[in-house]
Order: sequence, then C-alpha cells, then structure tokens
Amino acid sequence: MARIIGILVGAGFCIVLLYSFIVGAYTWATDDAEETAEHVFHLHPRDADLQSAGWFGTFDEQQLQRGYKVYKEVCSACHSLRLVSFRNLEALGYSEAQVKAEAAAWQVPGIDPTTGEATTRPALPTDYFPSPYPNDVAARAANNNAVPPDLSLITKARHDGSNYVYSLLTGYRDPATFSVDGESLAEEFPDFATPSGLHFNPYFPNLNLAMAPPLTSEGQVTFDDGSPATIDDMARDVSAFLTWTAEPKLEQRHQTGWPVVLFLIFASVLAYMAYQNVWRDKKH
Amino acid sequence: MADATVEHSEPVTAKVEGDGENGVRRRDFIEIAAVSFGGVGALAVLYPLISQMAPSADVLAESSTEVDLSAIEPGQSIKAVFRKQPLFVRNLLPAEIAAAEAVDASSLRDPETLEDRTAEGHLNWLITMGVCTHLGCVPLGAGEGENKGEFGGYFCPCHGSHYDTAGRIRKGPAPLNLVVPEYEFTSDTTVVIG
Amino acid sequence: MSFPWAKQYQPKTGLTRWIDEKLPVPRLVYNAVGAGYPVPRNLNYFWNFGVLAGFCLMLQIITGVVLAMHYGANALVAFDSVEHIMRDVNWGWMLRYAHANGASFFFIVVYIHIFRGLFFSSYKAPREMIWLLGVVIFLLMMATAFMGYVLPWGQMSFWGAKVITGLFGAIPLVGEPLQIWLLGGFAPDNAALNRFFSLHFMLPFVIAGVVILHIWALHIPGSSNPTGVEVKTESDTVPFHPYYTAKDGFGLAVFLVLYTAFVFFLPNYLGHPDNYIPANPLSTPAHIVPEWYFWPFYAILRAFTQDFLFMPAKLMGVIAMFASILVWFFLPWLDKSPVRSGLYRPLFKKFFWFGLIPCMAVLFYCGGAPAEEPFVMLSQIAATYYFAHFLIILPIVSMIEKPKALPHSITEAVLGEKAGADDAVPLGASGDGAHRPATA
Repeated sequence: MARIIGILVGAGFCIVLLYSFIVGAYTWATDDAEETAEHVFHLHPRDADLQSAGWFGTFDEQQLQRGYKVYKEVCSACHSLRLVSFRNLEALGYSEAQVKAEAAAWQVPGIDPTTGEATTRPALPTDYFPSPYPNDVAARAANNNAVPPDLSLITKARHDGSNYVYSLLTGYRDPATFSVDGESLAEEFPDFATPSGLHFNPYFPNLNLAMAPPLTSEGQVTFDDGSPATIDDMARDVSAFLTWTAEPKLEQRHQTGWPVVLFLIFASVLAYMAYQNVWRDKKH
Repeated sequence: MADATVEHSEPVTAKVEGDGENGVRRRDFIEIAAVSFGGVGALAVLYPLISQMAPSADVLAESSTEVDLSAIEPGQSIKAVFRKQPLFVRNLLPAEIAAAEAVDASSLRDPETLEDRTAEGHLNWLITMGVCTHLGCVPLGAGEGENKGEFGGYFCPCHGSHYDTAGRIRKGPAPLNLVVPEYEFTSDTTVVIG
Repeated sequence: MSFPWAKQYQPKTGLTRWIDEKLPVPRLVYNAVGAGYPVPRNLNYFWNFGVLAGFCLMLQIITGVVLAMHYGANALVAFDSVEHIMRDVNWGWMLRYAHANGASFFFIVVYIHIFRGLFFSSYKAPREMIWLLGVVIFLLMMATAFMGYVLPWGQMSFWGAKVITGLFGAIPLVGEPLQIWLLGGFAPDNAALNRFFSLHFMLPFVIAGVVILHIWALHIPGSSNPTGVEVKTESDTVPFHPYYTAKDGFGLAVFLVLYTAFVFFLPNYLGHPDNYIPANPLSTPAHIVPEWYFWPFYAILRAFTQDFLFMPAKLMGVIAMFASILVWFFLPWLDKSPVRSGLYRPLFKKFFWFGLIPCMAVLFYCGGAPAEEPFVMLSQIAATYYFAHFLIILPIVSMIEKPKALPHSITEAVLGEKAGADDAVPLGASGDGAHRPATA
C-alpha cells in the first residue's frame, strides 16, 4: 500500500516537473535572449600579486603604510573606514606616539564640554576613522545619488576582493576603443553607452561605475619611503591596505594555522598506526 | 581513556605475536603517543577558549584616561571615568590638607599619609577611585552639596563608611583607604591615569 | 539490549564502584561507547561519520556558546558585534571561523552519513526508528543552520531570512499572517533577529537530545554493517573499545586536518562575500543564494516554474522542497527489498551510483547557480529523477531485483571460507580478502 501511494505521489511530482521543464525548454529554444554587454565584456579581476595572498601570505608593513597614505589622501574624501580604529594602525608598524599624532590629525565628532553642542575634536587612538558624511542622505546627495561604500570590509565583501579593488582602480577605459580578445565593445553593442555621470569600467559588474577615476596621475600621492607612485603602484598599495583592514588577523591566522595543521597531520599518522596496532589481531 | 587504551594490549599480544618485550613496548608506545597527542591537542584548544574571556583589544585600549585639571577650583572635585569606574579628582583646600596631615597615620586602620597618596609636588591633588573598598558602592562627597561624612572627605551611604580628606578610611566597615590608581602629571594641568 | 556476549562493566577502583552503585554513568558509557558494545567487525570508513557528526555537534555548541558571550542580538549592533569578535576579542577570529566552517563541515559529515544509510539501507527493519530520528535531526540542523546564518545580519542574512520566511507566505489563506507572525513584523528586523538568536541557541540542545535517542535506538539492534547480514555469533563482532575508538580516533584526526585547513586558510571560501555588507532592507544583492548545504533543496524549490491546474508554482515549489526531505521518512516502507546492502543489489546499485548521486550533484550545482537557463532546466530534470528515485524506482526495483547471494555471516564475509574460524589467524596469513592487511 505504502508503495502504491508512493508511486502515485512520485508520478505527480514528476509530471508537474516535466511540464515545467517542457514549457521552460520551449521558451528557451524559441526566444533567444540577447546577450548583454555586461555578460560579454565584464572582466574577472587581474592578479594584484599581493604578499598577503596564499596560504603563506603575510603583510608588507611598508606597503600597508603606503596604502594607508593613499586611503588618507585620496579615498577618505568619500569613503569611510568605520570598523578600523586609529589604535589599529600600530599593526602597520607605527609607534604608539606616531599613532597618537596621526589620530590627532583627524577630526572626529565630539561634544563641546561647556555648551554640550555637537562639534569636532582631534581624534584619540581609541577613536574610529570618521565618516566623510554625517549620514547616507548627505553621502547620496554629494555623490550623484550613489553612496560610496564603507571600505573596512570591502576586500571581503567582493568576490576576489583584493584583486578586485586593484583591478577596479586601474581598470577605467574608454568604451569607444575597449575590446576583449579582439571583440570590440563598440562593434558588438553599438547601442552601448555609459550614462552621463557614470564611468566605464569593465571590472565593475554592470560596467558603469559611479566613482570617477580616483587615481589619475603618477605621483598623486608622495610616499614617505620614496617608493615610485605610478597609478598601478598606488592601486596595489591601497588594495594591500584594504586587505589588512578587512582581515587584520590574516597573518596571525596563517601563523597559527601551520603548526595546527602540521600537528594534526602528525597526529593522524600516529592515530593510523595506533589503529592498525589495535586491530592487528583482527581481520576485517 | 589513556589507561584503557593501553591496557587492552594484554595477553593477545603476547600470545599471538610472541615477539618479545621490545615488540610489546613499541606497540604500546604508539598507542600512548597517539592518546597523548589527543590530550595535548585538547589542552591547546582550551587556551583560546579561556583567553577569549579576558578583556578584548578595544577594552584594553581604553584602559588609560586623560584628565584636564585646569577647570577644577580649590575645594572642588570632579568625577571622571577610569576603566568604566568612577574616579574622584579633588583639588584640596589648604585647610583640608592641614586636617589630613594633623592625623597620626600610624593610628589609622590603613596607615598612609597624604604624601603617600598624592604625587610629589602636587599635594593638593587627591586622585582616588570612587569605589568604596567595602563592597564597591560609589561614595558621596565629590558632587556639590553631597554628604562628605564625619571627616569631610567622602561618605559611602551603602554601609556608612567615612573617608577623610586624604580618602583614608576612618569609620565604618570598609577595610582600606580609597584606592589611588597609577597616574602621572604630563603637565601642570593634565594628568594621565593608568 | 545488545548481544549476550557483550562484556559486563567491572568497576576497577573503589571510586568507580562507589559511583556505579549510586549512579551507573560509567556503566552507561561502557555499554554505549566502551568495551560493552559489540560492533560488527567489518565496518568500513563510511561508518566513521556518525561519531564525526557527534563531534561536530559538540564543536558547534562549544564555539557557539563562546561566541554568544560577545555577540549582540540586536539589529543595530549585530553586524558590528561580529566584527568586534573578528578584530578585538582574543582569538575571536578563530572562534568565529571555527563556528562558521564547523557548520559546513557538520553538513558534509551528515550528508555522507545519510548517503551511507541510503546505500547500505540502514533504514530497514529493525532500524527504522534510528533512521526516523536521524531525519528529525537533519531537519533540526537545517533550521538551526538557517537561523544561525541570519545572526551576522549581513546582506545574505537579511535576504535569506526574507526569502525563507517568504516560503511560508506561499501557504494558502494563512500564509501571509503566518509569515508576519514568524518575523514579528513585515520584514526581518530586530524581532526576527532576536527570536532567531534565541532559537539558534536552544535548538542545538534539542538536537543533542534527539542524538541521544538516535544512539539509544541504535543500541537496541546494534550497528548495521556493509554486508547487511545481521550479527550472529561473537566472532562477528569486536568490542567498540578499543577497536572502533581507535578507528574513530584516526578518522577524527583526518577530519580535523581538513577542517582546520579551511578554518585557517580558506575561512571564507564556503561563505558569500555579500554577507560582509551590513543588512540593507532597501537593496537586494544581485544573486542571492542560501549557504551551500541548502543548494539541492533550493534547486528543487526553484524547479517549479509553471502553475499546474489549480496549483500555483510557488506553492508547489515549497511543498516539493519540504517533500524532498519528508520522503526520507517513508523509505523503510518504500524499499521492501529483503537485502540491505547496496553491494548485493546489482540493479539498486546502478540506480544509486548512476542516478541518485549524479542527480544530487546536479541539484547542488544548480542550487548555487543563478536562476537562469540552462540551470533551471537541469534542475527540473534532476528534481524529476530525485522524486522518481525515491518514490517510483526504489519500490519497483525492490520488487523486481534479483539480489546477489549474501554471505552466511559477517565472519564468513571477512574471512572467506574459514567461516567462524578463530580470530587468532596468524598475522598476514590470509590478508588477501581484507580491506587492508593489518601490518604493524
């Protein structure tokens, strides 16, 4: 009885599914959906070749300091970094005094101790990076209706994030001359046009990015260690910095991981020997 | 676990293997080693599990407080916050200093002089925790018009402990003087606590 | 319960005797996972996964309780409290990654455990109750995992909560009020987050309770085994301890190598980047998917694209998704083959390896893929096979199939012709038939 009911119920599910399949297949075969430009011309991120990548990845403190300077002088005009505190900068190799001085160079919201009115004060190491806008509405109004995302977690909040940030910053192109593997965007999709106020960038999912190219000229940021500051260098350094802000414990994680995994591999070998030893008199 | 695993090897080994003392020992050793590795691993896991309850980095970062003394007139005191607890900063009047010094420290429950309890050259700045050493209530006396107790210092209303103008316990159940935290004058008007 | 030759507990010290008289916990443990539990001697590595699943449950409870010490179950602070754990709490990053990846590994282990049961027909008499309780555990796990994924309050958390509670909205008449009641509002917010946290904290202990029943039910008939032949004599079994404790110890160590490799080196590989964006009720991510362990069921949900007769597609999708798991409850009565082990069922084996396994693989893949062709069509074919397999093929195969001859006993299966021979066969003398010669 159970089996007969089962077969009937099963047949019911199968009929409905096959009906859905046939309708779907018919639609799919008869109206071919047109390919879209973002389907064909969206590019996967280029490898930024950061030292933090891979199972042995570590941070390059000098690079993080350079990346911080790019954030401070370029990105921070529009993007917040709200999960990072000034005290965290010690991980970049700054001393306590340097962090204190660095923090004091930023203004954070405060309260006037005599009147209680909102004001600003120099930041302390325990403060978090201030947002350039008081709220999302202000951010939207100042940026052509697009809120610049917070950057604290950006390299974890995008697929292949570290490379994505690097690629995006160096990926602005002219759509008129853009081509991939010999296929030209202008020829394949003559109707494609980047709306005014947006900027063509093949690394952005829909190819049209609200952010204007932030890194525009060599030497836009002068690095304290005298490193060259081409657009490529600045993009790579800031993506290294943002990799750190998203995953500050990456180095510690790798350093803990290796002893743990090696310990467990050795323990597995021992456990296997012990297992064989226990079973030596039993055939199984 | 360990003893049970080891002890099982028993007669079977001897009977079937018959390969002597060394063979038996080597096999037992493998099992002991395997179980020991398990034990070491389990102990190692305890470390993060215990240490996660210790103060986190953001809490530790706030473990020092800077206080600006410039606005505190003689005879006034303020309540600041140090490590999420009240901190009393009091600018003593000459009369209060004299009152504190008039007492023979050795006669007190917790013998300390005002000099012991203030920074060198800053005898008028009494900086103490605002936490009664009895059961942790916040004593009165730092605010304007509050009861300062019989000795003109602080008075804890919970169980009636009286502190004098040096923050020393004089009467009531508290066993010790109000705690003086570690601090340092970075200028004549700023002091960093902790 | 169990077998007459099971060893009896003998207290070794005065203290254990004293405890055993007052509260026989040592005896209970001895009979459950000690030398007092005789287990078939021929279990293969697939039988390791029950113990591993128990380990995963403990791992999740311990890391979860610890994370709850730092987490803030409030829509305003939830996301930031998770980042506080990742950045400021001592070892917080490790504990959170251990918990997040622990969930994935728990599901990997349980899926293998379930497919062991499906292939070796562990659900058949007299073990139906073990199987039924197992399905209950799986359903509880799914609920727990879903609510846990909401807690970080990222974009995927929020939209996952919205979509899954939306499923209940498909129920006629009561659907919409039910959805609002589940969420305590019109969209996921503080009320939903708080109740999900409360239930996410409680359900694992319910799971632990059902696991105890699951193991209790297991100890009535004893463990199944790869031949499917019941235990007959003492030589068919070995005591759980030390034989299977040693084997499980090895299995656990290997499991931990893989698990820690993910925790320390690929901690976000199984997660979704969008969950590192704080929940935003006004913007849906481009491509929302549940966690990977729900993909097959999500694919079945989405496979229903057409209204059929009086049934709307959305409702059928929801019914089918729940039915795809509920059908497991009926397996003991759908599959009436007298032979348990798939190894001795030529036709069943073909359908299992060339039907069910590829079908599950397709469903897994399509569930994670965007809702576009050809993935929808693929999942429609795979879902058709899924239901056909359990509800049509299995009952019919069990009627028409000619099973292979079974060994007379487990001992015979292990030792070949020397059936019932003494255990003390010299080492290596007949190591040919064994899975692995016991070398020292």
